[in-house]
Amino acid sequence: MKRPPVMMIGFGLLALAIVALPFAATNYLLRLTTIGFMYVALASSWNIVGGFTGYPSFGTADFFGIGAYASGILRSSGAFPLPLSWLLGAAAATVFSLMVGPAILRLRGHYFAVASLVLAAVLREITNAATGLTGGGMGLNLPTTGTISVDAQARLYYASMLAAALIAVGVATLIWRSRWGWAMRCVEQNEDAATVLGVNTLATKIVAFAASAGTAGLVGAIYATWIGYIDPTDAFDDLLSVKPIVMAFIGGVGTIFGPVAGAIVFLVLEEFVWRNVLNFHAGILGIIIVALLIFMPGGLRNVARGIERFFTAGRTGHIDKVVPPAVPS
Amino acid sequence: MLYLQILINGILLGGLYACIAVGFSLVWGVLNVINILHGSFIVLGAYLAFFAYTGLGVHPYLFAPIAALPLFILGYAVQLVVINKVIEAPVLVTMTATFGLTLLLDNLMLVAFQANFRKVSLSPPLGIIDLSDTFPALDLIVPVDRLASMLFALLFVGLLYLLLRRTAVGRAIVAVRMDRYAATLMGVNTEKVFAVTFALGAALAGAAGALLSPIFPISPLAGTAYLGKAFVICVLGGLGSVSGALVGGLVLGILESFGALFFGPEHSLTLSFTVLILFLLVRPNGIMGKRGFV
Repeated sequence: MKRPPVMMIGFGLLALAIVALPFAATNYLLRLTTIGFMYVALASSWNIVGGFTGYPSFGTADFFGIGAYASGILRSSGAFPLPLSWLLGAAAATVFSLMVGPAILRLRGHYFAVASLVLAAVLREITNAATGLTGGGMGLNLPTTGTISVDAQARLYYASMLAAALIAVGVATLIWRSRWGWAMRCVEQNEDAATVLGVNTLATKIVAFAASAGTAGLVGAIYATWIGYIDPTDAFDDLLSVKPIVMAFIGGVGTIFGPVAGAIVFLVLEEFVWRNVLNFHAGILGIIIVALLIFMPGGLRNVARGIERFFTAGRTGHIDKVVPPAVPS
Repeated sequence: MLYLQILINGILLGGLYACIAVGFSLVWGVLNVINILHGSFIVLGAYLAFFAYTGLGVHPYLFAPIAALPLFILGYAVQLVVINKVIEAPVLVTMTATFGLTLLLDNLMLVAFQANFRKVSLSPPLGIIDLSDTFPALDLIVPVDRLASMLFALLFVGLLYLLLRRTAVGRAIVAVRMDRYAATLMGVNTEKVFAVTFALGAALAGAAGALLSPIFPISPLAGTAYLGKAFVICVLGGLGSVSGALVGGLVLGILESFGALFFGPEHSLTLSFTVLILFLLVRPNGIMGKRGFV
């Protein structure tokens, strides 16, 4: 497919801005963009499970936290250089997903959603109890990056998060175009029909889960060394699971660039809330989430339709559209 | 004798757990919505009981039905304003929506009640019943506050059962739970039933919160822990039935008590989750669940 020249120029300018930013911007802006890259990576990572296979995963925090803790523990031992500890963090998250995936991916719908959500609480409990390894509720202080200056560190993490975002979007794109991506879309459309057609649905879901885990784990690992301190409630925060979902909703679930765009819009919204209402930001965030879901059920494109629905048919919705309860497999 | 004592502790806890879970189970079964708010409703009920006791001197057990009332109204309003708008959407949307509401409610409670832990300390304390006084062979004790909480909790569960069995509203709820399309054809106002069901779930959460306020410490962010328990109970016992919540609650109570003995109380959620996953793989509809009837 040939892309229009305007789009190519736009992409070129964006790439130029991303390269130039660390040398021109203030530290505040640099930090904000680093968080933006983190959100892009997490939203794309969630999208592989939640969008491609349509499984309602609330498990991003599980993988993020595992990646953060694995790389944090490795860094504290002092034997591993930074990039290697990040990769091992991502690997730990992937291994973890391969352990729990075969069990919880057999569940469907509501059962899978809550199981992935409760898993974060379980991991919080385990990290809290394993004080010898993780520091327990006191958290884990990570060694600093070395002797480089604060500015250089900011640039280092900017570049690393950018790399993580590119990897996450790249992995999502590769999967989308591959045979696995095809199988995932089949699972999303109708899992039983896909099974009948000869798609190995469990293996497909496990691949999606593992890809999502690896990318989210990488982000968690980088985050841990960037912030320098992790504790169980922070690393396995439920919000880390919900935010990527909201971002993907904003941009469009199950597309490649939807989560990217959604992450950026969400970042702007969140920053606006953070700055203005510091001790009620979670509440405002909740209001924003609910409003988004009511008014924009299909993402940015459907705002007008959402408002119309709210005032007309939105009472219970039409009964014929109500999805009957799913029978767990 | 130790095991018998732990069994008693588990049963006492289990009755209370049944009351925690039954509202969640009802909403899940009838509306097909996972109400993440449920945990926060429980915490809100506990706070209301705390302020009623410290401010007005109303005993938490007597206050439980009164705590249910404002939560019934709150639940009804939440259902009308938010949940009804997304009820036709997939689980991802409904769950994220209730999560957003939880963020809001938790933050409101944090601002209103502050983050410190509180507990209703009954004065005079209710003490314990020492069974060895009457039966010298039994070296067992029963804490009276836990016993009272359990009995009141079972009373509420029983009242819900009667409501679902004997009243027109209750029969409508059960009908919608069985087949919402057929129920609509029979002239049941599904919209109203959804709202009443959600409100009942919230009311039971409020009552459960009041009942557990003399036993567990209260903090604005404790909701997630109760939510996790409610989920485990629902799935263990079977979804959307009173008997299922009762059985699941007792099983979880006993499981947690013995788990605390063998593995330590800090692993209770890990243990129950592991049991839950194993259980789901073997029997996805729960102990009391009927196959294909979810």
